Amino acid sequence: MPGITREEVAHLARLSRLELQAEELDHFAEQLDVIIGAVARVSEVAGQDVPPTSHPLPLTNVMRADEVRPSLTPEQALSGAPASEEQRFRVPQILGED
Amino acid sequence: MTELIKYTAAQTAAAVAAGEVSAVEVAQAHLDRIEAVDKKVNAFLHVDTEGALKAARAVDDRRARGEELGPLAGVPLALKDVFTTEGVPTTCGSKILEGWIPPYDATLTARLKDAGVVILGKTNMDEFAMGSSTENSAYGPTGNPWDLARIPGGSGGGSAAALAAYEAPLAIGTDTGGSIRQPGAVTGTVGVKPTYGSVSRFGLVAFSSSLDQGGPCARTVLDAALLHEAIAGHDPLDSTSIDAPVPAVVEAARMRDIRGMRIGVVKEFAGEGYQAGVMQRFNESVELLRELGAEVVEVSCPSFTLALPAYYLIAPSEASSNLARFDAMRYGLRVGDDGSRSAEEVTALTREAGFGPEVKRRIMLGTYALSSGYYDAYYGSAQKVRTLISRDFDAAFAGVDVLVSPTTPTTAFPIGERADDPMAMYLADLCTIPSNLAGNAAMSLPCGLAPEDNLPVGLQIIAPAMADDRLYRVGGAVEAALNEKWGHPLLEEAPAL
Repeated sequence: MPGITREEVAHLARLSRLELQAEELDHFAEQLDVIIGAVARVSEVAGQDVPPTSHPLPLTNVMRADEVRPSLTPEQALSGAPASEEQRFRVPQILGED
Repeated sequence: MTELIKYTAAQTAAAVAAGEVSAVEVAQAHLDRIEAVDKKVNAFLHVDTEGALKAARAVDDRRARGEELGPLAGVPLALKDVFTTEGVPTTCGSKILEGWIPPYDATLTARLKDAGVVILGKTNMDEFAMGSSTENSAYGPTGNPWDLARIPGGSGGGSAAALAAYEAPLAIGTDTGGSIRQPGAVTGTVGVKPTYGSVSRFGLVAFSSSLDQGGPCARTVLDAALLHEAIAGHDPLDSTSIDAPVPAVVEAARMRDIRGMRIGVVKEFAGEGYQAGVMQRFNESVELLRELGAEVVEVSCPSFTLALPAYYLIAPSEASSNLARFDAMRYGLRVGDDGSRSAEEVTALTREAGFGPEVKRRIMLGTYALSSGYYDAYYGSAQKVRTLISRDFDAAFAGVDVLVSPTTPTTAFPIGERADDPMAMYLADLCTIPSNLAGNAAMSLPCGLAPEDNLPVGLQIIAPAMADDRLYRVGGAVEAALNEKWGHPLLEEAPAL
């Protein structure tokens, strides 16, 4: 397995929405390289004909009755919001200018 | 006062029910103890004095009215700060949730309240339950009451330390890779990871959803069983909750008879990296199991050697997805929203400021393992390993009732020793991870002090899924025999704080 480069870590940080500092990039690149080197051992089983397990319980969809039930009030739901307005979460600009 | 804080949960509930002591007196004694020692221990992130006394008064009122009290009514408890509590701060040990006050109770929280349990406060933990030492908390490390310069384990170090420091007779933890059992082992307390799906995850802030499991922490096996029965059972609000009766764990804890049980010693949990004193106490425990009438055999689970690497792909992968919810939009911290930045920029600045290094490492590791080109080799292979581990367990449990091993390869290490060496830290969970991957049940209980450092050693017992009662049957018998041999519970040997 190939190691991980500083550029790849910068890319992962962007995908992960983490605005990392330059020194963090260096440090994480070094550590992630070691961790990935150690966990890559799982690929020993890559070629084996074994079904994957994603979850310990053999569950399929779990449904509930479609009934109106008590829930949080708008005030409760917004109580932790960094900013709110007219019973809505107020967020920074999502779309670009053009 | 000294007496009350040393009561077991069972003794406390009986004394409250009999009117020998009021629930308010019990709560106050523990609040006083927290006041006296927690500056040193740092087990609690938030102490809810008012809420605790109010809950205690409610129990006393119910008793005064002649109402029947449950088996844990009036017993104080320390709740890991990863379960939501209505009106009481919940931080998960993270700056990103500093000051957040949930508008709802987790199902587990609600069940504790219904049982008349008195919640004293919220305990310290590795940020979002990622860690094995509680050093990853944004609010400073917790000290191990056996030696405050050492780690109390993690991620539930606060809950385990609160028990060992007599700040509470009961605590709640969550176990994703060992976060209940490993802190139990290194603090000389009892910790149980119930079968996956048997304790509701509704209101448990998610780290790795296919592995996370809440469970009981206590100073005795019976107390853990009483708490287990109070919190377990089907919850329609958790779609992964098992709809089946809870095994009779309290009855099993009281049996104290393991004659005829078949017990397997896992061959792979020994060798390089295992401290000599840990192995010595473990081997003595195996001998004790024989003396108590169990049939002990060695079993091999060859895939367990791949459990640690598989876990450190699966758990970070799920975490990278789960922690995407911390986007600075609906709750928690928001940084850099000065009107000039986009939502995406604000999210990235907030996560940079709000998450600590281990959380960032795991989010990036998970993002890497799930990215195209690496998915099959990493995440896909890890899922195959998970199947192989379940098969190893199935094969082993075809011949034995439970498996045993040391809970952790070493005793508590000094704070700071592994803080910037993630791989060394991850080894603390070597023996506990397979049960999370397979979703079965496991317990750690104290089995002595390692001769070289006089620190607690944990014995791990593993049972098949939904056979949690076997943990308590074996644990109860071992605990009784060891207490008789020592003349007192192990925790009595801990230094005074």
